[in-house]
Amino acid sequence: MTPTAAAVPQAAEPVPAVVLTGLTKQFGRFAALRNVSAEFAEGKLYVILGENGAGKSTMLRAIAGLLRPTNGKVSVFGAQYGGLDSGRWILGQLGYMAHPSLLYDEMSAMENLIYSARLYGIDDEARCSDAIRLVGLDPALNRPVGQYSQGMRQRTSLARALLHDPRLLLLDEPFSNVDVTSARGMVQLLSRMRDAGKTIFVVTHQARLLAQAADEFVWIHSGNIGSRVTTLDLELVQ
Amino acid sequence: MKTPVLIAIAVVVALLAFGLYQGLVVAPTEQTMGDVQRIFYYHVPSAWTCFILFFINFVASIWYLFTRTSKSDAIAVTTAEVGVVFWSVVIITGPLWARPVWGIWWTWDARLTSTLVLGLIYVSYLILRRFSTGGQTPVLAAALAVFGFADVPFVYLSIWYFRTQHPQPVIGGGGSLHPAMWHALLYNWLAFSAFAALLCWFRYQLERKQRDVEETLALESLLEGSPR
Amino acid sequence: MRAGSVKDGSMSTAPTATTAAMEMRRAPATEKAIAPAPKVLFATLMKDLRLEWRSKDAINSMVFFALLVVVVFSFSFDPTGDDARRIAGGLIWVAFLFAAVVALGQTWAREIRNQVLDAYRVSTAPANDLFLAKALGNFLFVTVLEVVMTPLFVVFYNLRVIGPAYLLPVIAVLGTWALVVNGTFFAAISLRTRSREVMLPLILFPISIPALLGMVEATKIVLTGESSAKFWIVLLAVYDLVFTTVCLTLFETVLDAE
Repeated sequence: MTPTAAAVPQAAEPVPAVVLTGLTKQFGRFAALRNVSAEFAEGKLYVILGENGAGKSTMLRAIAGLLRPTNGKVSVFGAQYGGLDSGRWILGQLGYMAHPSLLYDEMSAMENLIYSARLYGIDDEARCSDAIRLVGLDPALNRPVGQYSQGMRQRTSLARALLHDPRLLLLDEPFSNVDVTSARGMVQLLSRMRDAGKTIFVVTHQARLLAQAADEFVWIHSGNIGSRVTTLDLELVQ
Repeated sequence: MKTPVLIAIAVVVALLAFGLYQGLVVAPTEQTMGDVQRIFYYHVPSAWTCFILFFINFVASIWYLFTRTSKSDAIAVTTAEVGVVFWSVVIITGPLWARPVWGIWWTWDARLTSTLVLGLIYVSYLILRRFSTGGQTPVLAAALAVFGFADVPFVYLSIWYFRTQHPQPVIGGGGSLHPAMWHALLYNWLAFSAFAALLCWFRYQLERKQRDVEETLALESLLEGSPR
Repeated sequence: MRAGSVKDGSMSTAPTATTAAMEMRRAPATEKAIAPAPKVLFATLMKDLRLEWRSKDAINSMVFFALLVVVVFSFSFDPTGDDARRIAGGLIWVAFLFAAVVALGQTWAREIRNQVLDAYRVSTAPANDLFLAKALGNFLFVTVLEVVMTPLFVVFYNLRVIGPAYLLPVIAVLGTWALVVNGTFFAAISLRTRSREVMLPLILFPISIPALLGMVEATKIVLTGESSAKFWIVLLAVYDLVFTTVCLTLFETVLDAE
C-alpha cells in the first residue's frame, strides 16, 4: 500500500531517503531549527554533529514524526506526514532510538521486543531473539532491562529500533555512556546495515567512533546545517 | 485611547445605566418578593451572557483543533475568562437573592446548581491553561473545552431531574412576567452583552498583543541565526 | 524491501557470543503490516496486567487504601443512623471515586519513565488502541477495588437491597466506565502539566458530576426500592457512549501534542 497523497517519482531518479524543505521548529521564542532544507540519499550512514542545543535531536524527532514543524515539510521516501495513511506508512519504514531507552525497565529484553513487535503487527518471536542476538546480547537473559548496564540497555534499545526491519534508522546518541567495546560492536552492525542498503542517521558527540564507517558528516549549528563533509577533521571532535 | 474605543465605552456605559434605570425604577415591584426581586435583572442577563460566551469558547476550541491558528486560541481563552467573570456574578447574585426571600443562602435550585457546575468546568479549564507546560497549552485546553461543552446537556438534565425528585425553592420564580419586567430584562441583557463584548474586546487585544510580542521575538531569534 | 542480511554476526564482546552465522529474518514480502487493531489492544492490556501482577505493590497498597477509606467513612458518617441506607449509595460512590483517582493517577506512570510513549508514537500502532487498553486496564483495576470495598460497606452499614438487586452490577459497570474513560484521558492530559496529581482530579471531578449524580441516585433508589432507577441508568449509558466517543476522537491529538 503506497501512499496516494505523496508524489512518488517514477522511473530513473532514485527517491531520496529524507527531504527537508524549509523545516522550522520553534519552542516559544527559541528557534531550534531555522528553515532547514536538505536532501539525504538512501543507503548512506550520516553522522549528525554539533554542539549542545544546536538542533540535532530536534531534527531527528521531526524526521521521526514526533514533533510537528512550525513551518516547512519533511518527506521520507517520497511520502509526507500529514495524510493519515502516508503518516502511518512512513512510521513503518523507520526505526527510532534515543537516549531514554524507550523500554520498560520491569520487563526483560525479550519481553520488551515481543511487545514492540506486536505494536508493528509482527507476531514472530524468532525475529525478536534474532534482533537481540544481532546486537550481541543473549535472548534467554531473563533479567529486567532496568538492571542492565547502560551498554546493554542501549543495545537492547537498538534491537527494538531495527526489529521491524526499517529502511531508515534514526539514532540519537546511541553510544552515550556505553563502553567502548559495545560501542565498536554497534558501529560494526550499523556499517553492515548500511551496506545492506539501509539509511542511517546517527546523532552523536562521539564522532570518532564513526570516522571510518560514516558516508557523510553533517554539522548542525544553531538550528541550521553548516557543512556536509565526507571526511572528518579529527581535530574538530573530541 | 482611540476615539472609536472611547465611543464604544460610552455606549456601553449608557446602556448599562439605562438598564439600571429600567431595572431599579421603571420595572414594577414584584408582588411576593418585593424590591429584592430586582436582582433578577442582573442575575438572569449575566447567566445568558455567560452561556453565550462559553458557547463561543466551544466553537473557538473546535476551530483551533482544526486550524491550529493563534487567533482561535486567543478567542477561546478570552471568552472563557470573561465567561467566568459573568458566571461569578450569577453565582453571587443567586445567594444574595435567596437569603432575604427564603432565609437560606443556597437552595440547590436546579438552574443555579447547574450553572455552578458549568462554571467549575470552565474554572478547571483556566487552571489547566495556567498549569500546562510547554507549547501544548492550546491543544490540551481545546480538548478539555470540547469535553466541557459536551457535558453541559448532561449537567442540566441530571440536575433538573434530580430536583424534580427532590423539589426545592426555585429562584427566578415561575409564571409569566409583566411586560415592563420583560423590557427591563431585555434591556439589561442588551447592556450586559455589550459590556461582555467590550470586555472581550479588551481582553482579546491584550492577548493578541502578548502573542505578537512573542511571535516577534521568536521571529527575531529565527532570523538572527544565533542562539538566544 | 531489502532485508539486512548479516553473516558472522556475533559481536565478540557479547558475554554469550555465538559463532554461528546469524541472519535477520527477511521482512514479509508484502508491505509492512499495519498492526490490526484488536491485537495491539490485547497485547498492551496483557502487558499491563502482567506487569501489575508482577510488582503487585500498586494493587496491594491500593486495596489497603480502599479499605481504609471505607473505615474512615464509617466513622465520619454514622452507619447506625436511620438514614444510613439512604446515604450509603452516595458514600459508596464517593469512596469508589477516591480509590479510582488514586488508581487513575498512575495510569501512565510506567510509560513516562524512559519516554516509552515515544516508542508507541513512532510505531504504526493506532493511538486509540493504547487508550482503550489503558482504559480497560483501569476499569479492571477499579472494579477489583470496588469488589473489595463493597462487602465491607454492606457489613458496616448493614445494607439490605430492597429494590431490584440485579441492577446494581449494571450501575457499577456503567458508573465505573464513566469515571475510568474520562480519567484515563485526563491522566494523559495531566502528564503535560505541573502538579500532575492535583490536575487529574481537578479536571475530572467537574465533568463527572452528572455521572456521579447518576451513580449515587441510581444506587440509592435500588437500595431503598423507592422508585425507578431507569432514568439514571439511561443517563449513565448515554454519558458513557458520548464521552467514550469524545475520548477516542481526541486522544491521538492529545498524545501527539508536542
